[in-house]
Amino acid sequence: MLSETTETTNLLLHNVSFSYADGFALHHINLLVPGSQMAGLLGPNGSGKTTLLRLATGVLPPTEGDVRVGGISLGKLSRKQVAQRIAVVPQQFNIPFAYTVEEVVLLGRTPFVRGLAGEGKRDRQIAASALEITGMIGFRNRHFNDLSGGERQKTVLAMALAQEPTLLLLDEPTAHLDISHQVEILELLRKLNREKKVTVVAAMHDLNLASLYFERLVLLNHGSVFADGSPDVVITKEIIHEVFSATVEVGRHPKAFVPQIIILPPDSQSN
Amino acid sequence: MRKHQGAIIFGLVTVMIAVMLLSVSVGPVEISVPVIAKMLWHKLGIYHNISGWQPAEESIIFQIRLPRVLGAALVGAALSTAGVLFQGLFRNPMADPYIIGTAAGAAFGATLAMLLPLSLVFYGFGLVPIAAFLGALGSVIMVYRLARFGGKAPIISMLLAGFVVSSFLVAIVMLLLTMSDRLGLKLQQVFAFLMGGISVTYWQQVAVIAPLIVGGIVVTRFFAVHLNAFSVGEEGAAYLGIDVEREKLIILGLGSLLTACAVSLGGLIGFVGLIMPHAMRLVLGPDHRLLLPASAMAGAAFLVIADLLARTLLSPAEIPIGVLTALIGAPFFIYLLRRARREYAF
Repeated sequence: MLSETTETTNLLLHNVSFSYADGFALHHINLLVPGSQMAGLLGPNGSGKTTLLRLATGVLPPTEGDVRVGGISLGKLSRKQVAQRIAVVPQQFNIPFAYTVEEVVLLGRTPFVRGLAGEGKRDRQIAASALEITGMIGFRNRHFNDLSGGERQKTVLAMALAQEPTLLLLDEPTAHLDISHQVEILELLRKLNREKKVTVVAAMHDLNLASLYFERLVLLNHGSVFADGSPDVVITKEIIHEVFSATVEVGRHPKAFVPQIIILPPDSQSN
Repeated sequence: MRKHQGAIIFGLVTVMIAVMLLSVSVGPVEISVPVIAKMLWHKLGIYHNISGWQPAEESIIFQIRLPRVLGAALVGAALSTAGVLFQGLFRNPMADPYIIGTAAGAAFGATLAMLLPLSLVFYGFGLVPIAAFLGALGSVIMVYRLARFGGKAPIISMLLAGFVVSSFLVAIVMLLLTMSDRLGLKLQQVFAFLMGGISVTYWQQVAVIAPLIVGGIVVTRFFAVHLNAFSVGEEGAAYLGIDVEREKLIILGLGSLLTACAVSLGGLIGFVGLIMPHAMRLVLGPDHRLLLPASAMAGAAFLVIADLLARTLLSPAEIPIGVLTALIGAPFFIYLLRRARREYAF
């Protein structure tokens, strides 16, 4: 199954291994994400989520195995060609200069801008529509560094969209955001996935949000895939206990009927 | 503000030319700007009338003042452009053209050259500026090689290596200065180099350096988009399709070449390469496509004024130009900083 890529497969990690100099490693990861899918990467801190995402972006070349996007091995593409296909929303994003929101979003057109020409009318239209989709059009002339965390994250997402990617990789896109912004960002990802046919792969910490928004969850533990499947398969009392050493009850979401966890702190377990 | 880019560039070109004409006109012998304009027309073969000035005046203008003024403009443009490149690449407001070892390398080279008992003139350049040029480039190469590990030269490593190499070379210069009596080193000469001063006495010097500096500045324009992408950090730039290590090497090379050229004409002139990029960023915003040419022209105009004051204020004595760049530059920058309505987020 993994040896052949079909047109509907967007991201393929085939037997990918990687190790840092300090010993941390990812072992023989096999992952196939169809074009239409929204996949959530779960796992404890240090389980390899960020490393896996960086391998998928191509900035980290795998020690072994192959990473393909749209059927093409990343090693065969230039950085520019990769950036024309994959956009990344990193965990940390800061700009020391006083860029406006619109200027930040236009940076997303960098892989398409040639030499001296600068961005053209089409680039501006694409940036404008990215601002429209993310609801940031009214902020276009504000300075990025004056925005709230949620507004910044939407701007970074708009910048990623300006790349018109087929694959969008996000590293904890809802970290440090309030509930309404968490929901807003995830709704936006779902909309992009459904309407713009963008493949979404996001590392997530919040298991309940992940279960609610992602049809496919990939749980990493110690650099290997521990569980992979629908939320029903991955979010179970036993798996959570084994991987996170946390005791939880798993219930059902009253409307979406997906699993939702309830955390049981150690001292409450005797009741 | 950003809609008036054409007007701003036009304004800067006008100011730069006006300041250069003014500077050529002022000196122990005052020669009015209209007369200079006629001389220029005549030289360029546009206007054939050799009345209205003395042959001596013509040689003052063309043999003494014009090469020096052009030299000052070139040095100012090169240092400001290098400042923009290094601040943009390093995302560091304290970055200046000298941050990765060029200044210490140049000082080291120049001091060694002063110790050598030989004098040569090569295309109008003495041994000292040539050694300074080579020292500047040599130390950057060393810094880059020290910082490079496994095919990557991370910015933090480069800043640290730059600091370490600079400290080491400065220590050697200090040691040589301490032993100046024994070595027969002229302290006056070393200090003149360290504090900077436009030393252009031959057209040949301008002829050699001008193509390098002007060419270098023109080439930076091709990397403005890449510098903009570097605003989001090295990894962020890679996500935007930048071949990070390659572009970084090119930008470093360009900045170092510009700095080394500037050093060979003017010694170590401080402040202009640090403050002009900030001043232009305050006025024009952070887009490097505009910032690079604007800073080059503003730096040129600024250094021409500083050089004019350096040679006229205490005439016939000359004030080190580095003193003046800070004396005029600091209040000017504070004025811009205070006038900006919003906080300057670098």
